[in-house]
Amino acid sequence: MIEPSLTPAWALPALVFVPMLGALVLWLLPRWQPLQRWLPAVLGLVLLPLMWPLGHAVAVDGAVTLALGGHRAPLGIEWYVDGLAVLLLGLNQTVAAAVGGYLWGAWPHAAQRHSPGFGVCWLLLWGALNALAMSADLFNIYVLLEIVSLGGVVLVVGRGAGAFAAAMRYLLFALTGSLIYLLGVALAYADAGTLSLRLLADAGLGAPAVTALTLGLMFKAALWPLHGWLPAAHAAAPTAASAVLSALVVKAAAYLLLRLWSDVFSGSWTPALLQALAVIGMTGVLFGSVQALRQVHLKRVIAYSTVAQLGYVLLLPALAGALAWQGVALHLLSHGLAKAAMFLAAGNVIIAIRDDRLDNLAGLDRVLSGNLFIFAAAGMSLAGMPPAAGFVAKWWLVRAAVDAGQWWWAIAVAASGLLAAGYVIRVLRAALASPDSFAEAPRHRARDLSPAMVAAPALLAAAAVALGLGAAWLGPLALAGSTWSLAP
Amino acid sequence: MTAYAALPLWLVLTSLVAAALIFALGEARRRARTVVNLGAAALKLVLVGVILDGVAAGHLFSVRLPLMPGFDLVLRADALTMLLSTLSAVLWLITTVYAIGYLEHSPHRCRFFGFFSLCVAATTGVAVAGNLFTFFVFYELLTLATWPLVVHRGTAAALAAGDVYLRYTLGGGALLLLGVVGLHAVAGPGDFTAGGFVPVDAAPAWLLTLLFLVMFVGMGVKAAVVPMHGWLPRAMVAPAPVSALLHAVAVVKAGAFGIVRLTYDVYGLSLVAALGVGLAVAAVAALTILYGSLRALTATDLKQRLAWSTVSQVSYILLGVGLGNPLASVGGLVHLVHQGLMKITLFFCAGAFAEVAGVKRVDELDGMGRRMPLTMAAFTVAALGMIGLPPLAGFVSKWYLGLGGLAAGQPWVVAVLVASTLLNAAYFLPMLRRAWFNSDGGAVEVREAPLALLAPTLIAAALALGAGLLAAMPWSPLQWVTLIAERVYLLAPPS
Amino acid sequence: MTALYAVTAGLLFGAGLYGVLARPGLIQRLLALNVMASSIFLYLVVLAAGDGSAAADPVPQAMVLTGIVVAVSVTAFALGLVRWFRSETGAASLESDALRRDDD
Repeated sequence: MIEPSLTPAWALPALVFVPMLGALVLWLLPRWQPLQRWLPAVLGLVLLPLMWPLGHAVAVDGAVTLALGGHRAPLGIEWYVDGLAVLLLGLNQTVAAAVGGYLWGAWPHAAQRHSPGFGVCWLLLWGALNALAMSADLFNIYVLLEIVSLGGVVLVVGRGAGAFAAAMRYLLFALTGSLIYLLGVALAYADAGTLSLRLLADAGLGAPAVTALTLGLMFKAALWPLHGWLPAAHAAAPTAASAVLSALVVKAAAYLLLRLWSDVFSGSWTPALLQALAVIGMTGVLFGSVQALRQVHLKRVIAYSTVAQLGYVLLLPALAGALAWQGVALHLLSHGLAKAAMFLAAGNVIIAIRDDRLDNLAGLDRVLSGNLFIFAAAGMSLAGMPPAAGFVAKWWLVRAAVDAGQWWWAIAVAASGLLAAGYVIRVLRAALASPDSFAEAPRHRARDLSPAMVAAPALLAAAAVALGLGAAWLGPLALAGSTWSLAP
Repeated sequence: MTAYAALPLWLVLTSLVAAALIFALGEARRRARTVVNLGAAALKLVLVGVILDGVAAGHLFSVRLPLMPGFDLVLRADALTMLLSTLSAVLWLITTVYAIGYLEHSPHRCRFFGFFSLCVAATTGVAVAGNLFTFFVFYELLTLATWPLVVHRGTAAALAAGDVYLRYTLGGGALLLLGVVGLHAVAGPGDFTAGGFVPVDAAPAWLLTLLFLVMFVGMGVKAAVVPMHGWLPRAMVAPAPVSALLHAVAVVKAGAFGIVRLTYDVYGLSLVAALGVGLAVAAVAALTILYGSLRALTATDLKQRLAWSTVSQVSYILLGVGLGNPLASVGGLVHLVHQGLMKITLFFCAGAFAEVAGVKRVDELDGMGRRMPLTMAAFTVAALGMIGLPPLAGFVSKWYLGLGGLAAGQPWVVAVLVASTLLNAAYFLPMLRRAWFNSDGGAVEVREAPLALLAPTLIAAALALGAGLLAAMPWSPLQWVTLIAERVYLLAPPS
Repeated sequence: MTALYAVTAGLLFGAGLYGVLARPGLIQRLLALNVMASSIFLYLVVLAAGDGSAAADPVPQAMVLTGIVVAVSVTAFALGLVRWFRSETGAASLESDALRRDDD
């Protein structure tokens, strides 16, 4: 067993600066092909093991604080890593390692090879996402959100006019959200005279600041009704980009909402307003699911599913409690793993059959049963089926709603799991259908897929399912350093 | 935790590992797949034998794996567990043989046998679940594992049936989730305990009743209780071994078994009686028995008729449980086994008729007695057992149910049983008459099913016959069920 | 006097938001975003000044400086993207007919 004393002091900067330095190197040496291929994968495999001692330290000793440059708040900027941050960092590193492996595996196929610009932006984005998970300063978060948005937009571009339009729309939404968030930062400073989340928690914020910060982050997280940019952008992006965007980028904003509402905003809205917020969240779940059920393209089904799945975050303020916190935290984690697996598997399907219309998937399980299995396993977690992690998250949320006496949310969460099952099954059903004639069976291009391109989503899906069995360990970790604790 | 006490875990793992191996082997490795299939089934049978012996001797089998704070995955074996897991282990072996023969030349065999094993793993999990939480986990897994089997053929009709199946069962699962969480919130975590673990004063009576009904509906979907039965006749598009499995062992039995657990080991008979929900269960069961039989009468497709018969017959189990009386319990629980043996025989026969002679409709059965005499003999034994002809298995069940109804002061039960028996006769006897006494006009040529189909059919029929004829012998289903009833009622006599 | 600046900042923010949401042209929308950003900077400067009795608070000023850097970079990036977008698709707005084919 690794002793926690090795870290975590230097693990935190490493998580941010290693990817960012990698981005710089890739940018300086665009023609060095082996480097372009290997660096993202190697960095992923290097940073992933750091999560173990970090998680261990947080679980045992509680949250870790690092004052950048030795200056503590309010003067300096602090990084703060509690259990939730560890979970998000773990998600970031896992998906980053898988995507790195996927890009590595796709490299020999010219059509799937990423450009130097793509690699640079991905590494930059990754470092910023890690920093977002740790930052405890409102303005620092603003700057990081901008980096994430720009990086994300670049990742979307690259596939013809559709992707350009989607990327432009994404950019406009993202910048609008950033500026509304920045307004919130200014208002918060006017209220409390500090930007540190730790100090803000004691000072209390006025309703305008809370509203602006929430609204800005809702833009970024693509929560209904501010989701308009997401489906086109995530569906049009290249495979690896879709996985990163849906699993990590919107997740970072959702994570910030969770963090702000549990530590900083608690008590600033009336219960009726909190219920209204939950209604918005669950309407998004319903809307996204129904849209996912109506899409004819595989990637759009998955993209709308992201709109749906993030809505659960807005239940937390209404249900406020340790179980809800654990539930939403695990939900974010399991959704990230499952969604990345689904996008990578869907990308493989598209490479193999050059098409992603559901109608044309018939007979797919003859050629791509592995990818279909991955999709099914990840979808199972998404729909909250036991024993996957999504199931445990759903269980905790239902239980939290029952305990809070808000049984209507218990019913809504249980029912929305059915909708998720519906759109996952719809895809599987299309793939299990017998093609009308042999000529219509999908053409074999499965040989275009290297083992790493299948292994990456397979490991992610396996993690999404297996984490359900680790709930006894993840639940307490999510609570470590948080404001919540479970009654004995 | 000794390895011996952990045997229930191994019981689940045998099928789970088999499923994983089969998926890993892929489509082409036919021989290896057969070895895994039969090896795992045989191993499971041995394990069942060992546990059966231990449970009879009063040994405790229990494994507890912490899954999340406050929730343990509890796997254990008690007498009730063994009723279902023995049935599923025995029928898994013979159904596997049948399925290997049945699907000899069709595509997707890897997928089929993988999910088939997964399905058995889930059923075993339902049987060995030691608390509601564990039960729910395997109950949902069963839904997922059976769906690929229902849509196996990939035709439009199969896909549509799969949709209906999922709509019903996932909906039921969501209700069950709400009920289980709700009960957990009012009564805390509790393992299945003879006599129940829910205190009478855990919550207001209306809330306890509501939670019971929500869970009853959630499980009743799988047990195909009217009006939640709609998926079952539709699911008939699946291949015959799947129908056999769905009807005799896996899905409907998981639902019925869950209701048995809910009544005996969660609420307990005294609380169920106090809330008055036991009679409600019995009444719904009686309605289902009659409705299913009536619909079977008008069905012209052979498998459809058998499906409606299942709707009717499974509710015998619930009738016995709902009456809350030792004799009725014996009748209901023993029917869990008897119906399984008889129904699987009937479906094996129906599959053989369709495969060998192309006979799918009831009116095509003319002369089948001469064309496929052995298969038809098996069909006849099972059909007569279903009707309840003494001393066959169905009669034993009905006899105890009737006695229990009278003892419970519910004489209408006897009327329901008589009416159902008449209806059973009305839809089974014409088939037998056609097969044995009508001629289809053509030259009679004896052409039996291949051995892989015929042998399981005959074995199943022999088991069905034996269960009735030898009901008084030790180790018969009846004796085992009597042991269960003694434990339930002696440990926790209803007040 | 402070209130006047704050109200002006609010009006500018509203105008910018309206522009982003309602104007079709991409350049116009980018300009509107810059108006929004400037309004927030104005508000922050007002915050820094306080009531004028003490020395100005450095934190909002630092935010404005950083914010301007971010805004300039983002605008440059966005303009580059708009040019690229235009050269690829021939469209200058997201509602353009040139995009109809792929927009579903």
